[in-house]
Amino acid sequence: MAKKQQAILKNQNAKKSKVVEKKPGSVEVFIMGKSYKVPAGLTIMKALEYAGYRYIRGCGCRAGFCGACSTIYRKEDEQKLGFDLACQKVVEDKMYLVQLPFVPATKAEYDIEKIDPKDSTMLEMYPEIARCVSCNTCTKSCPQDIEVMKYIQRAVRGDIKKCAEISFDCIQCGLCAMRCPADIKHYHVSQLARRLRGKYLDPKSKNLANRLKEIDNRKYDNEIEKLIKMDKKEIKEKYKKRKIEAEETGTGGG
Amino acid sequence: MKLIEGYPEYMMKSIKLVEKKREDNMATPVKPMSMKARDEVLSKYHPDYMKGTKRELKIGIDKGTILYNGIVDLLEARTVIDPKDVDLSKIDYDVDLLVIGGGGAGTVAALFAYDSGVPLEKILIVTKLRHGDANSMMAQGGIQAADRPEDSPSLHYLDIYGGGHFTNKPELARALALDAPGIISWHEELGVMYDRQEDGEFQELSGGGTCRNRMHSCKDYSGMEIMRNIRDKARNLEIPTLEFAPVAELIMDDKGQIAGGVAFNLETMEYHVIRAKATILATGGSGRLHLANYPTTNHYGATGDGLIMAYHAGANLIDLDTIQIHPTGDAYPEPLVGILSTEKIRGLGAIPLNKNGDPFVFPLEPRDVESATFIQECKKGRGIVTPTGMPGVWLDSPMIDIIHGEGTIETKLAGEVRKFKRFGIDMTKHPILVYPTLHYQNGGVEINEKTETKIPGLFAAGEVSGGVHGKNRLMGNSLLDFNVFGRRSGIYAAKYVKKAKIGKLTLNHLDKYNKMLEKANIKPKKSAPIILPEYRGEKAISRALDIF
Repeated sequence: MAKKQQAILKNQNAKKSKVVEKKPGSVEVFIMGKSYKVPAGLTIMKALEYAGYRYIRGCGCRAGFCGACSTIYRKEDEQKLGFDLACQKVVEDKMYLVQLPFVPATKAEYDIEKIDPKDSTMLEMYPEIARCVSCNTCTKSCPQDIEVMKYIQRAVRGDIKKCAEISFDCIQCGLCAMRCPADIKHYHVSQLARRLRGKYLDPKSKNLANRLKEIDNRKYDNEIEKLIKMDKKEIKEKYKKRKIEAEETGTGGG
Repeated sequence: MKLIEGYPEYMMKSIKLVEKKREDNMATPVKPMSMKARDEVLSKYHPDYMKGTKRELKIGIDKGTILYNGIVDLLEARTVIDPKDVDLSKIDYDVDLLVIGGGGAGTVAALFAYDSGVPLEKILIVTKLRHGDANSMMAQGGIQAADRPEDSPSLHYLDIYGGGHFTNKPELARALALDAPGIISWHEELGVMYDRQEDGEFQELSGGGTCRNRMHSCKDYSGMEIMRNIRDKARNLEIPTLEFAPVAELIMDDKGQIAGGVAFNLETMEYHVIRAKATILATGGSGRLHLANYPTTNHYGATGDGLIMAYHAGANLIDLDTIQIHPTGDAYPEPLVGILSTEKIRGLGAIPLNKNGDPFVFPLEPRDVESATFIQECKKGRGIVTPTGMPGVWLDSPMIDIIHGEGTIETKLAGEVRKFKRFGIDMTKHPILVYPTLHYQNGGVEINEKTETKIPGLFAAGEVSGGVHGKNRLMGNSLLDFNVFGRRSGIYAAKYVKKAKIGKLTLNHLDKYNKMLEKANIKPKKSAPIILPEYRGEKAISRALDIF
């Protein structure tokens, strides 16, 4: 998998550098089947805008975090469908593009306070995960390269911790759920696993509990009040003289 | 042009210098600057201090104050809604609490309003795009909270106030510092997966301008993880949420109170009249205005709508004479220009270097100072210029694995590694090229500790509000801000709702505003708020017809 990606990347770079040589280069893309010429090197998102599209749906953070711009493409004469984010993927010549800005996928409703994180919890909340046929289509369609099938298998086995860990980088675009032959809603399943892990399974901070008690007992009220009342010159001096931990340890901390 | 591991040959040559000097650079760190040196570099190289970026506002309650040009342009534009076009006698949604904006602040506000007794069916979140589409989702580095024994909320306060050049509203800075540990505890209850040590204590890093390591993180997806949790809770509760329907103007009543808003369905183009006893403005920032012509890290919907509609209704604005440019926006490759590389990279120990591989600044100065030194280095010809003409300096990311052990970058900066890998760049092996990018709206609608604005019935929280950060925000304090003040706005708005009585609805304030423009002899070509930025190709726009 990793090797294959590297090969693809290498291939892309080779193409990109060619394009740079014969600038101003342009490529032909097909937006829902219709041909447009756009400058090479643009992301799919910017290419659509260049062509005259103004986004309402299918565009969010424009930086790969929100999952609004999932895009499906196939290059002319290629067998395989490609899956990626329009804001991250650069257009290639003869790419056929369609966006999928919304995914119908019901989420289980729950009160996290009332769930017991048992081995069977994931199966009880999302019974359809038992239908996973391990076809790995979900993993292949993930623009984040998450091992989606693997975390579903962990959920089936009741390993909430591992399911949460593997799925952590999920941007909830929903492409996995659209491709799944067993109708699993992967990204909702892993959301529950992460919340259960964060709430019940990870050990808690004692420092935080102590600090909360101190704040409840109003330990810092006077100190801060004093800082607020200090005249500008005095507080500037205090600020200037404060010791900086990162400087003393030589690095940005632990 | 041939690329070697993602970089052109001439850039790779500079990288070789970086590699050669790496050991020395790590052994002899640059010291923090004196206050005087900070002021000097800011005054010469930061857009806040440059001529031509700002001008005086000619109308409204803040007439005479200096603001960034791009904001003045919008404040001196016509109101986007003509009151004649709206029938206020037909109310589409009649609620106790209207929350404008479905990002971090808005969602937290709705959750705490519900906790404080506003019935679910009497809350309405309206949002421009999808619920959760916000800068909150994109924050990578982390969230500040003073919870270690060697730290204290007082030190956090001092950092906030000094970082803001002593211009913050002290009571807001205090709320931010003192509420912080409680917010982390609430996140624990929700199930946020913070990075922890084996004993359960948080892994805490330093951020620019902070005197203690107090940045809590969730890999480099901190904002996403927090937003996923609060949104999941809102969805489980089924808090009524209207997506793709931004509020375009506020509604007032005959007693001078805010009484809801006119929402605009982006897909069907129809308007909805929303009547509400209290309204929380949580519309976020304004990076997409590209002030001072900077590229931006911001979300597509960050067009400053809240500032404009609040000002139309008579609320005042503060600290909009400053913008936050984040030092480490991506400068290469071209498709990534303007996108953020998290401050956590420096927090973990990476040092900024010039084209000769030499360090020139303490890596963790406050953001405005750090940015100004990057600009200075490039203006003095010691930056690297990309094939598309973008200047930048190196951020020597491989140092992180040397300091913390191999594999640290891949686990702690998974998102960053993934981003660069798409373009054949391996940031665990090679440095990345960065240049300041427009990141945060420091100021906004002025609020008090209860998140009240000047106008009764209107509360504000998150990036749209002003006063918390003064003229410069420190890293890790914006995730904190939307939680602290989102929570407060929910609680105080819920209290307000119990006593509020709404009179007759009106949009007269918009007529008045347009008349004010006429009187000041301003002839606006545009209307505002603008709702979405315009990125269509020039050719496509120039030949567009409005015929159906």
